[in-house]
Amino acid sequence: MERVATFFVLVALAAVPVLTAIFDAPFYLDLFGRVMIYAIAALSLNLVMGYGGMVSFGHAAFLGLGGYAVGILAKEGIDSGFVQWPLAVGSCALFAFLTGLVVLRTSGAYFIMITLAFAQMLFFLFTSLAEYGGDDGLTIWTRSEFSGLIDLNDGASFYYLVFVLLLLCLGISARLVDSRFGMVLRGAKANERRMRAIGFPTFRYKLAAYTISGAMCGLAGALLANQAEFVGPSVLHWSRSGEILVMVVLGGMGGVAGPVLGAAAYLLLSYFLADLTKHWAIIMGPLLILVVLYARGGLLGLLGGRRAKADSP
Amino acid sequence: MSEILLRAEGITKRYGGILACDGVNIELRAGETHAVIGPNGAGKTTLLAQLGGEITPDVGRIHLGERDVTGLRAPERAALGLGRSFQITSVFREFTALQNVALAVQAHDGHSFRFWRKARTDAALVEPARAMLDRLGLAGRAAVPAALLSHGEQRQLELAMALATKPRVLLLDEPMAGMGASDSERMTRLLTTLKRESALLLVEHDMDAVFALADRITVMTYGRVIATGTPAEIRANQTVRDAYLGTDEAA
Amino acid sequence: MTALLLIEQTLNGLQLGVMLFLMAAGLTLVFGIMNMINLAHGSLYMVGAYCAALFLEWTGSFVLAALLALPATLLVGLVVEIVVLRTLYERDHLDQVLATFGLILFFNEAVHLVGGAEALYLDLPTFLKGQVEIIPGSPYPLYRLVVIAVGLAVALGLYLLVTRTRTGMLIRAGASNRAMLSALGVNVRLLFTAVFGLGAMLAGLGGVMAGPTVSVQSGMGENVLILAFVVIVIGGIGSIRGAFVAALLIGLIDTMGRAFMADIMGLVMSHAAAQTAGPTVASMLIYLLMAGVLFFRPQGLFPPRGR
Repeated sequence: MERVATFFVLVALAAVPVLTAIFDAPFYLDLFGRVMIYAIAALSLNLVMGYGGMVSFGHAAFLGLGGYAVGILAKEGIDSGFVQWPLAVGSCALFAFLTGLVVLRTSGAYFIMITLAFAQMLFFLFTSLAEYGGDDGLTIWTRSEFSGLIDLNDGASFYYLVFVLLLLCLGISARLVDSRFGMVLRGAKANERRMRAIGFPTFRYKLAAYTISGAMCGLAGALLANQAEFVGPSVLHWSRSGEILVMVVLGGMGGVAGPVLGAAAYLLLSYFLADLTKHWAIIMGPLLILVVLYARGGLLGLLGGRRAKADSP
Repeated sequence: MSEILLRAEGITKRYGGILACDGVNIELRAGETHAVIGPNGAGKTTLLAQLGGEITPDVGRIHLGERDVTGLRAPERAALGLGRSFQITSVFREFTALQNVALAVQAHDGHSFRFWRKARTDAALVEPARAMLDRLGLAGRAAVPAALLSHGEQRQLELAMALATKPRVLLLDEPMAGMGASDSERMTRLLTTLKRESALLLVEHDMDAVFALADRITVMTYGRVIATGTPAEIRANQTVRDAYLGTDEAA
Repeated sequence: MTALLLIEQTLNGLQLGVMLFLMAAGLTLVFGIMNMINLAHGSLYMVGAYCAALFLEWTGSFVLAALLALPATLLVGLVVEIVVLRTLYERDHLDQVLATFGLILFFNEAVHLVGGAEALYLDLPTFLKGQVEIIPGSPYPLYRLVVIAVGLAVALGLYLLVTRTRTGMLIRAGASNRAMLSALGVNVRLLFTAVFGLGAMLAGLGGVMAGPTVSVQSGMGENVLILAFVVIVIGGIGSIRGAFVAALLIGLIDTMGRAFMADIMGLVMSHAAAQTAGPTVASMLIYLLMAGVLFFRPQGLFPPRGR
């Protein structure tokens, strides 16, 4: 069921540029591009949360850091994507690794609060960087250049690049969670004490997963900055971390593709609610509470008629 | 006398005002089954946790073979050949029986920074795991999620996981806990066959099993060791009878 | 001159500190006893400030508005507890985070509907507007001193409540061993509601007192909330004493950092570089402190016993 749903969603996503060209509705190209970018971010969170049991409430930090890497380099006159993107991904991996050394010493509620706090630290850091826009953020005048290989200024080209990267991240996630590494991660989520007793030094595996997740989310950040041609502190506002979290849970944790469905559902829903009323959050909030209280399996759970589980075999 | 595989010297652990372990000495020799008995709250589980490396003693040393492992954590001790099962069944409930054991095999098959190949079809993991299930009589249940196994089967699976790490020393925390008479008897027979490959240190309340299995018995009360000896010696020991066994046998 | 500035900044730091304590006390109690992580605690702070602003409009009296705002916040808190949070105590932290995130979305929008899109301002009455000369020649706003005094008085009151009364005994028992409470025959549900109400009222008090010094607007409680998280993580979750010490520590360090970091860094680097890097480092200071504390003491400075 999950595979079928994922397949249809991917086919639909692939068809979007054709449809928007026919109906001359470029806005939707933008909307679905954003859906895919957030899907990558949600995939990265699902890797640590759905499979590793690490509830990060600070993934917006990577989204912002990846975006700022692109923005700052662009401002300094370095437009090459070959420099910008690896640096975006690399700096996020580094930040994840360093903060991971601290946050992974804790668990449960401590973990949630500390990841939140570190993201807030970056929020204030970028707010205080007057040189790079401070509160107002940074306009990116040119999208990343790939020496003529692909032109990101062309809407459809950019869209398909994001699409391919989403497929790549999906593939990586799917392999990862079934590999030996993934088994350690899932075991540590289920019973860390037992994992240690049979001989797994779990800390280093969790740290590696957290680093990979940060890097993947950094890629989403670089894409987001390119799409918006702007990066600002609002990208790493704590509520953004909350939204990514909501996407993962909405889609249903555990299935590899859940986050893609969740990102689509959340962004499209908030788009249509916002169309309905500017007070859309007053509907979204209680809706979210209802999902938590009564539909914890998320969309995957509804599709499969069961509560989706991360570690079901 | 045969080689000493595990030795604790004077280990002491204090929780607030309570001495959970007070200068405990215990040793486990090759080929031996050594049982630790005592009333609830005697510090047996705390002792196992210290031997296993989950908690560090306040005072005292622990040696695994020749090596001082007092400062090593649980995974490092496991790598040196220390296996462990828990009082509360702690199998991975969502994994199948086979996956549970395969995970234990994986723990001792090099590092797990292998990101690509599917673990589920990895012969290096699955084959030894299947063999182990076979040996414990769980072969027919390989594909069943652990959560759906019976209590007795889960305890066997727990043991299979511990064995799959090929331990030289196996610490067992109440392997018979919650078992009926027939399951418990089967487990006793199983443990007897293990003697050849691993030295066993077990904490157990089932006195029939203890006296059937153990080569030596250590008795603890209030965090202290009050006696160590062969089953016959322990049965005859007046201090032990007064403190513990006497009441049991009267009952 | 510098000494004067130092005293002034110390008082500012204390003010931030007691404000954080008002937030952190409720959070840490709710966490310690119900094992509940409540993101919407910042919303109660906001509700307190909004209530005060609206009541001020109606009554024209600041004192009356403040006095009415507290039971109003308490009421909102109790409704939230009974309708939503109560069902979440037994859920995992992820569920709690998501549901209370939903609550924040709701409250942030609800205050727009009630109070309008514009920020509101709480005007101080004349008798609180003055300046006090702590040291001759250096005036300091009276209201800030009042905030510090009220905050410290509440801290003392909480200390007495927790250490000297039967309710306090139950709260402490609950923080270290929840199962014991029901074994003692305590009406756990009632105790939970009472503790949550207490926390809500403290957050509301924080909002009311902050009202005149900031603009009252949607989302105003969130930064304070996250700082309060840092406070309880450093202090040790569930510990009132830890929350108090950590709140003052964070208040002082953050304020001092923002005031003096550029000058301090100027000692070791060029003036210009220090002026740019100073604010950046200052903004990260408390988080780095948190990282440092957690690296060496993952359970915080005052972990509650038995946990």
